[in-house]
Amino acid sequence: MIEWLFDGLLAIGLLWLGWRTVVSAELFKAIVMFIVLGLFMALCWARLAAPDVALAEAAIGAGLIGALLLDAYRALVAERWQADDRNAKPLVAASLAILSSVLIGGLAWALLFSPEPVVDLNAQARARLADSGVGNPVTAVLLNFRGYDTLLEVGVLFLAWLGLWTVGEQESNSAATGAWVEDSDLLTALVRLLAPLGVLIGVYLLWAGANEPGGAFQAGTVLAAVGVLLRLSGRLRPELSPDLWVRFGVTVGLLVFSAIAVGVIPVGGNLLEYPGDWAGLLIVVIETSLMVSIALILTLLFIGSAGLRRGGS
Amino acid sequence: MNQPLFFAWVGAALFGIGLYGLLVHGHLMRKIVALNVMGNGVFLVFIALARRDPLVTDPIPHAMVLTGLVISVSATAFALVLLKRLARQAQAQESSEHDS
Repeated sequence: MIEWLFDGLLAIGLLWLGWRTVVSAELFKAIVMFIVLGLFMALCWARLAAPDVALAEAAIGAGLIGALLLDAYRALVAERWQADDRNAKPLVAASLAILSSVLIGGLAWALLFSPEPVVDLNAQARARLADSGVGNPVTAVLLNFRGYDTLLEVGVLFLAWLGLWTVGEQESNSAATGAWVEDSDLLTALVRLLAPLGVLIGVYLLWAGANEPGGAFQAGTVLAAVGVLLRLSGRLRPELSPDLWVRFGVTVGLLVFSAIAVGVIPVGGNLLEYPGDWAGLLIVVIETSLMVSIALILTLLFIGSAGLRRGGS
Repeated sequence: MNQPLFFAWVGAALFGIGLYGLLVHGHLMRKIVALNVMGNGVFLVFIALARRDPLVTDPIPHAMVLTGLVISVSATAFALVLLKRLARQAQAQESSEHDS
């Protein structure tokens, strides 16, 4: 009973926040509502026994996306952009609302009568877990059983960085390249405390990911949060053209993963088919390089430039 | 009525709300935020359905949502970079028109 009460409140919170995100008159309010929605989503994952997703959501959905949106909002205000914010006419909006409601009803209907899965992937994955080299089933699926998905995902991250490099340009106002927060003793103390702690948590999540909730994604996003903190306090500065170190860091995940994926063909016979005894070690190597690339690319996406350098102070 | 179905319905509703926001707003950043609400709805359906068998949680949708989260944050970040570039160009154009 008490569980249903909690789930009910959670559902009401999710829907209300989603609705306010969409209909708030002011952009700023909508962004704040969306950030809170991310926190509620993280709670929801915890309720649905998905701790791996909850960890990633808390770092990405509530943290990084919020920082990205607020930064873009700041840039739009700084440019005094006259956005084309003509919304749909009331009559059009009303019919769109009705259409969306019909769609929701249809989806609910489809979910109610969704067929049983033909192939029980869940049972298959759990049956072969012992062969995967790791104990956490989610890590096993990500890095072993469906490693192809993850390989392509790192490719997408790399493409996002390439896109950033292509369209990036030096921000005109000098404030954008310096510190965003006034430097003070308190800030310095806070950064000195939080940055090493963040790195420690990130590396722990990577290590724990083999057998418990965690892994390269969660670790990478926590490290990216450290990068955001360092950028805000001016300890990292944007750089139009990435230096060799940055290029190496951005590509190391993709390179190591591809090299191992191809390198195991003579032994295993197929792309990404790790030899049994080596699977655990190979997964740790891949995850470590993935963590570096994910953290660096997400930080650069926040900074908004393809490269970075150390700032003064 | 069980917990997975209940949350899958909430996910479907979030998807619909996000779609409405995507269509009704003219402001590009509102559209980006609405797209993310839609994405959250899709993730919720996935994770809820992973619990269909209450005894063993299905790890495959979990892995897919983890992948999806990282993809959606990178796509959002890239969209915002494009938006900032657009705003800067519009501003530069406006000030040059002002001068002439």
